[in-house]
Formats: sequence, C-alpha cells, structure tokens
Amino acid sequence: MSQDFVRRMPDAGSGFGKRTNWIETIHLDFVLLLLLIVVSLYGMLILYSAVGQQNGPLISQAIKFGIAILAMVFMAQISPIFYLRIAPWLYCLTVMLLVLVLLYGPVINGSRRWLRISGVGGFQPAELMKLVVPLVLAWYFHDRHLPPVSKHIFWTLVIIMVPVLLIAFQPDLGTSLLICVSGLLVLLLAGISWRTVFTAIGAGVLAAPGLWFVMRDYQKARILTLIDPERDPLGSGWNIIQSKTAIGSGGIFGKGLFQGTQSNLDFLPESQTDFIIAVLAEEAGLFGVMFLLIMYILIIGRGLLIAIQAQDTFGRLLAGTITFTFFVYVFVNIGMVSGLLPVVGVPLPLVSYGGTSIVTLFAGFGMLMSIHTHRRITL
Amino acid sequence: MAEPLTLKDHSTERQIFIDRVVIGFGLLLALTAILVARMFYLQIIQHGVYTTLSDKNRIHIQSLPPKRGLIYDRNKRLIADNVPAKILTIVKERAVNIDATITRIRAIIPITDNQIRAFRKRMDGQRRPFESVPLRLKLTEEEIARISVNLYDLPGVEVEARLVRHYPMGAFMSHAVGSVRRINAEDLQRLDQIAYSGTDHIGKIGVEKYYEKLLLGKVGYRRVESNARGKVMQELDKKLPVPGINLTLHVDSRLQAVAIDALAGRRGAVVAIEPSTGGILVLVSNPSYDPNLFISGIDRKTYSELRDSIDVPLFNRALQGQYEPGSTLKPFLALAALENQVINADYTIQDPGWFKLSNNERLYRDWNWTKNSPGGHGSVNLQKAIYRSCNVYFYQLAVRMGIDTISEYFKLFGFGRNTGLDLPEARNGLLPSREWKLKARGEAWFPGDTVNIGIGQGSILVTPLQMATAVTVLANRGRWVRPRLLMNTEIMPVSGSGRMPITNVPQWDSRNWETVIEAMSMVVHRGNQGFGENGTAWAYIGRGIEYQMAGKSGTAQVVGIKQGEEYEAEELDERLRKHAWFVAFAPVDEPRIALAVLIENGGGGSKFAAPVARQIIDEYLLR
Repeated sequence: MSQDFVRRMPDAGSGFGKRTNWIETIHLDFVLLLLLIVVSLYGMLILYSAVGQQNGPLISQAIKFGIAILAMVFMAQISPIFYLRIAPWLYCLTVMLLVLVLLYGPVINGSRRWLRISGVGGFQPAELMKLVVPLVLAWYFHDRHLPPVSKHIFWTLVIIMVPVLLIAFQPDLGTSLLICVSGLLVLLLAGISWRTVFTAIGAGVLAAPGLWFVMRDYQKARILTLIDPERDPLGSGWNIIQSKTAIGSGGIFGKGLFQGTQSNLDFLPESQTDFIIAVLAEEAGLFGVMFLLIMYILIIGRGLLIAIQAQDTFGRLLAGTITFTFFVYVFVNIGMVSGLLPVVGVPLPLVSYGGTSIVTLFAGFGMLMSIHTHRRITL
Repeated sequence: MAEPLTLKDHSTERQIFIDRVVIGFGLLLALTAILVARMFYLQIIQHGVYTTLSDKNRIHIQSLPPKRGLIYDRNKRLIADNVPAKILTIVKERAVNIDATITRIRAIIPITDNQIRAFRKRMDGQRRPFESVPLRLKLTEEEIARISVNLYDLPGVEVEARLVRHYPMGAFMSHAVGSVRRINAEDLQRLDQIAYSGTDHIGKIGVEKYYEKLLLGKVGYRRVESNARGKVMQELDKKLPVPGINLTLHVDSRLQAVAIDALAGRRGAVVAIEPSTGGILVLVSNPSYDPNLFISGIDRKTYSELRDSIDVPLFNRALQGQYEPGSTLKPFLALAALENQVINADYTIQDPGWFKLSNNERLYRDWNWTKNSPGGHGSVNLQKAIYRSCNVYFYQLAVRMGIDTISEYFKLFGFGRNTGLDLPEARNGLLPSREWKLKARGEAWFPGDTVNIGIGQGSILVTPLQMATAVTVLANRGRWVRPRLLMNTEIMPVSGSGRMPITNVPQWDSRNWETVIEAMSMVVHRGNQGFGENGTAWAYIGRGIEYQMAGKSGTAQVVGIKQGEEYEAEELDERLRKHAWFVAFAPVDEPRIALAVLIENGGGGSKFAAPVARQIIDEYLLR
C-alpha cells in the first residue's frame, strides 16, 4: 500500500492536490454539485411550464431547493464516523416516530402519514426512513464479515421489515416498497450470494399471484389499468391515457416550451408532481427526455464512483445504496408515467414539485459528499 | 459476536462491492435502455396516433348554423323573419350523466316528453363530437334566470342564443307561406344531419317546405381549442356559414288583408292570380292559425283545440278544399261547346224551367224554379245562358257534348290535376270520366251524370286554386301560366319549367273566347234591364264599377235536394247551406288579376261571394 502512496504523490489531480480545491474544503463534491444544480434548474424550467408559467409555485420550489441545498451542505459537514455512531439510535428513534404516526397522526386522504410539530409544521417520518434504513444497514454490516451469512441476512430482513410494515399500515404502499427495495439493495451490495438472490426472486414470482388476493380493490384496479387503460378511460385509466398521449404527441423535438396542449389545457393530471415527465416529453420531445436521463446517469455515475472510492464498508454501502435508490425512483416514476409500471405515487427526483422529497434527496447527496470529502488522505 | 476471530478482509470486501456496483450499473443501464425504448416507441413509432389523440382532446368542431333565408311579399314586406331566442342545449361529452341531467333540468323548467324524445333521437344520431343538442327552445326570461343559477350543477348544459323563425304577420299569411316546425325524430332519419347541425327547424309546409334547400343555407363551423373542462381557449379557424337565400313571393300582403277583411270571418278561401305571370297575389284560407305557435313546440291543449276545431283552421281550403264548382263551370262548358261546334253562339232554346232526358221521367230544374212558379228564362241564347246562369241551357249542352268531350276540354283548363309550380300540397280535385266512375264506383256512366256536370254538380270537384287557375287561362285567352308563389330570389330568376309541362289551350277561334268573356262581363255589368235580363251579379257588384270585370257566380249544393222540394236556406242548418262561388278577372281587355272566391255555406254566389271579389279587385286596380 505504501507503494501506492509513493506512486500517487506526483499526481497533482488527486490526493493532496485535490484538497486545495476550496469547494472540497467545505466538504462538497464539485462534480456532483454541478450536476445537481443543472438538473434542478432544468426541472424548474419544466415545472414553470407545468404550472402554467406562474411565478408563485416556481419561487416556492426555489425556496425548497435552497433549504435542500442547506440541508445537503449541513449533512456534508458531518463526519461519516458520526453517522456510523448515531445510526442505530436514529433507527430506533425513527421507528418510534412511525409508531407515533400510527397512533396519533392525523388522517389525511384515508391514511396517517404525518406528524405535526406545533409551530414548525408537519413532516413524514417515512421520508426520514428512506435515509435511515440504508444508514442502519450500512452500520450493521460495517464490522461484520462480508459476504453476509444467513443469520445476518435474517437480522437484516428484520431491520428492513419493521419500518416497511409500519409504513404499509399507514397505508403508504409506494414508500414502504421503495424502502424495502433500498434495504434489499444494501444486501445486494454487501455481496449476498447470487444463488440466494435468484432463489428469492423465484419465490417472489411464484408468490406474486397470491398477492392478488390480499390486494385492495384500488390496487387491483391499478394493475388492470396498466394492462388495459381503456377499460375505464374516464376513471382510473384517464391519467395513464393522458400521460401517454402527452408523451407520444411530443415526438422527437416536442411541441415547444410552454406549448404542450395536454398540460396547458389541463388534460394531464398531476402534471406538476408525479406526472411531470409527461410535460417534458410533450414539450421537449425525446431529446428533452434523453437529456434528463443522461444527467441522471451522470449523477448516478458520480455517486457510484464516490461509493467505490469510499474507504470502509460503511461508506461504500451507504453511498452505493443512496445512489441506486435514486435510480429506482427515476425508473419507477418514468416507468409508471409511460405506462410500463402500475401507478404508484413516486415523484420524479429533483423535478417534481414538492419539498419533502427534494430535501431528503439532497440530504442523501450531502451524506455522499461527506463520505467522499472526509476520506483519510490515503492508507 | 463469536465469529470475528478472523480478520476482516478489506481488500476482498472492496472487490466484491466493486463487482456488485459494476453489475448493478450494467443492470441500471439496461433498465434505462428499456425506458428509452419505451419513449422511442411512444414518441416516434406511435407519434401519429398520439398526435391525433391529443388533437381530438383539445380541438372541437362547433357548428355555425346558417341564417335561414327571409321571405318577402311582392312589396318587400317581411313575411318570415329570424329573431334571436335563447335555447337550452346539452353537450353529451361534458354531461356526466344525461338521464340525471335531464331529470334535474325538468325539476327546474318544464320539458315535455316529446321534447325529450326529439332530443334523444338527435343525441344518438349522427353528430359531431362536442356538438350541443337542443333540449328546449325559446326559454322565457324567468326560465333563463332559473336555469342560470343552477348551471354550475349541470355540466354540459348551456343556454345558447340562436335565431328562430318568426312570422310577423302571424295567422294572416300562414296558409300562403307555410311554416317551419321543430325537427322531429322522423325528420332525422332522412336528413343530412351534418347540414342541419346547429339548425333546429325545418320547413314543413308550403313555401318553407318547397324551398327548404334554398332557405336553409350552408352550415359553417369553427374549430376551437378547449381545455379539459370544455372551456374554449381559442379559435383555430372557421368557415362562415352561408346564409339561406331570401325569397320574394308574388303574394301581396295588403291584398291578402283586404281579402281576409272581405270574408269577414266566414269560412272560405280566396285565390287571386296575376294572369301575365301566374303569380299568386292572394292565397287566403279562413279561418287560419298563428304559425309562430308551432315553432318552439306547441302545447298539447292549444294543438288539440286547433286540430279538433269544427272550423279546421289548420286545413288549407285554398289548396286542399275540394268543392263542387257549381255554375262557375258554365263559361268553360260554353267555350268547349263552341269550339267543339256542338252549337254556335246564336243557338237559342226556350227554357220551360226544367230539362228532361228523353227516356227518363226525372226533371232537372232551373235554379229559379219554386213550388209556386215553374221558373225558366224564356228564350235563352249562349250569352244569356251565362249571364243569367241558365241551367236548362247547359243541361242540354252537356248532354249533347257527352262526358268524354267535356272531360277532355276541362282538362285543358287544369281541372283534375295540380298545375301549381311550387304548390305541392295542392290537391287534384276530381274530373269525372267514364273510366273514373267505373274504377271508383264500379258503375257505368249514365247520361244523367252528364246532365249534372253541365251545371258543375255531381261528381266534379275543384279546389279554389284550380278555379282561379282556370279563370286565369280564360283571362289569357288560352295562354297558360302555371300558378306560383315565388316571384324571385336574390340570386336567380325563377325558371318557368316545372315537373309537368303544361300546353296552352289550342288556338281556338278568338271570337269564341270573346263571346264567352263578353257574356261574363254581362254577369257583372248588364243591369237595369229588369230582373229576368240583368246579369246575376249586377245587383250586388255591378253598380259604380270603374273598370270592366268579367265574372261568374256559382252556388254549390251541400245536401241533395229531393225531387220536387225547394231549397230553403233558413230551414237548413248553417253547415248544410250552399257554398257560394265567384270567379272573376279584370280588366277584361288586359287582365291584371284573376281570382276565385269560395265561401263555405255562404249561400248564393252572386250575393255573397261576388262582393268579396269586387273588394279585392277594387283594391288591386284602383288603389
């Protein structure tokens, strides 16, 4: 290893040389920051069109980005060691909050998701859990042998299922599924054997038909709508028909910025939130969508690079999981809007209107930056 | 923690992690490729399909109904106009539930079952998407107010302004011009529904029906962009409707008024024709009805009153009423006899007051026979037979000519057929012949039948229009003009050709025409000669007349009078009294007006119908 150190010394671009970058002295990653800002600005432009060129929602979204960036900067300052120490306590606290939600949360639209804090407002503990589950699992595997043995896998699943079930009871099936996926991602990155993975997938496929009988009617309707949106074109099929129409009518280059008829004439529902990719696809066409996808891939690429460069298991697993989870959001959202997946309430990262998801995302990227910028110079 | 006796192998763990990240990233790229493929499929392969869907979402075609052509009389006075009215419409695509919507509307304003039937037919028929369909026409101010406050709760329901037909002259012109009615379920089966989209009415009677194509105009449209809630955001393009063509009729509304006044409420009909053109100056059928009642849907009570009235106001007597012509037929029979050389103008008979067929005991009386006096007109030549209306003379003529000759000649004057150019509703009357009687009654033609035809009775039937037309041909000395209502349109002159070519009456000896016409002017002008020698109408209209008028009275029996019984008007029920006829044209030398007046159960033609004719002709020639 020391040889490595000797050899690296002359490289101006790494090691000590990098530390001279002022932006890294405040523990931020320049490349990731730049990519996030570009996508955020791009998203704000789409949002401006989706809200009918009103300034109000745009300013509100800009403020949320501001808060989110502050959260990111704050998270980046904290050393990974601190995250490692507080991880189990944070997990227990968040699970308790989820229990409180189920007990005392106000019922909004038929589900309990919020906790009210007098004077501050409300927040969703489930949103916090999106970060806490990768965090606690990374902590769990940090001082254990990898690849994990069955006993560890079992305890990992317990750690995952407790919050997943609590959230599923709210009910918020979309979030609980995404948290479950992020937990499983940790297992995958920790090196769980492929045999186990495929066995689990096989069992899941076999169990899938059984799921049909435990699903609620509205969930069944979503599956049926995915298969044939025309079965209820004005009801449950409306959203997906209109979003496909918006996307398809955009063509290669789109109808032009602010010229989308589907969104501006209100045919496209949820055009500012979950279905905003359809606005982009309609107005900027395939090119606009491709640009966004490439930006996402670059962000993910940078995130994975950070994960690979991380110096310990905790940093690697945490950074890798945060990055892959980000992609899961992207894939589920675009897949849902374009009619590949059933409709679940997942916003498009960095683009959809709404504060909570943006703050969570940026906080996650803040942790990524913390992992990257708190590396010991080398070993 | 029993196991960490072995050291963590950081290098291996790192390598496993990197492997997993690389595999994961590969999977990620594959999934991204699926998303790109999906976008490619939607945005490039299916682009056309979704562009169409997107346009169908936002672009709607709205019909712009044309303005129906106006109808004027010959003095450019408006007979049929269009006035704005508010109507209630529903757009199916925006109404959540049509049945529930109708039920809710019915709770607010009255709507009849008929209106709902017509609405449904139209809703289910050929219809452009997002086209509004009328449910109720002619809303009152109060109804508009009541609907308006509830509109928020009635998606798809709109109060629209449309032009609706209005007849400013009302009942006055209804039988002359006809009227439009609301398009009903049966109409929709045969109509081009695109051409009528946005149009609520169609010509159902008379000129309005006959010239429907001209009056309707061409429907226009506008393409609009509307949002998901149906609100119109902008107009993309539009094609203006082409208004219907304005028509000018020959009818003279002032003369029409004079005719109605002259009838003074009696049931009857007047048809006056301009002999040079065939243009119908007056077409009155009394009583009449207000056509405006029918436009927005008449209520059941008013309709059944009109329909069931004993005076049948909905019935057009002038075109469809078929009556025995009585003595008004005599001039035509005289002409036929002269031309046929059955007699010459000097042929004279001694009239004993009755006529008898050689092998039959039945006596055919003259009109001045009574139980106390044998009647008769003494020595009678052709002209006297006309101006005194001598029955016995014409009994003889008829028998000597025979029914075949009579039918053939009468046909030349338009009896037994509809010669009208734009009067499809006019009836044919009945011109009897041997073949007709055999076919209709299964009996042979008897000489006795011919005797009655001689005085315009028996099985012969004519309409007032036919009578006026025949007199017009007479006034023209045989030159035919087909009776017509349309004088001109703003775009084209009216062609004289019709469905049925009418040939002029063959160029007969002009002396024959003048003999008969002179006799007809004696009917009016020959006076102060003593009762037995005056023209029959002179006493009633012949005095102080400033122009030469040719006329002939007629009195048609409604009930058969038994052999040897006398007709006593006072003893008969009013509805069984004789019909009064008078036909005339003037001036004799250059006729400008020819007419027929019929008064149902009016009594003697000279006394009751002739004054009506004189008032109309006075007005027309002297005003």
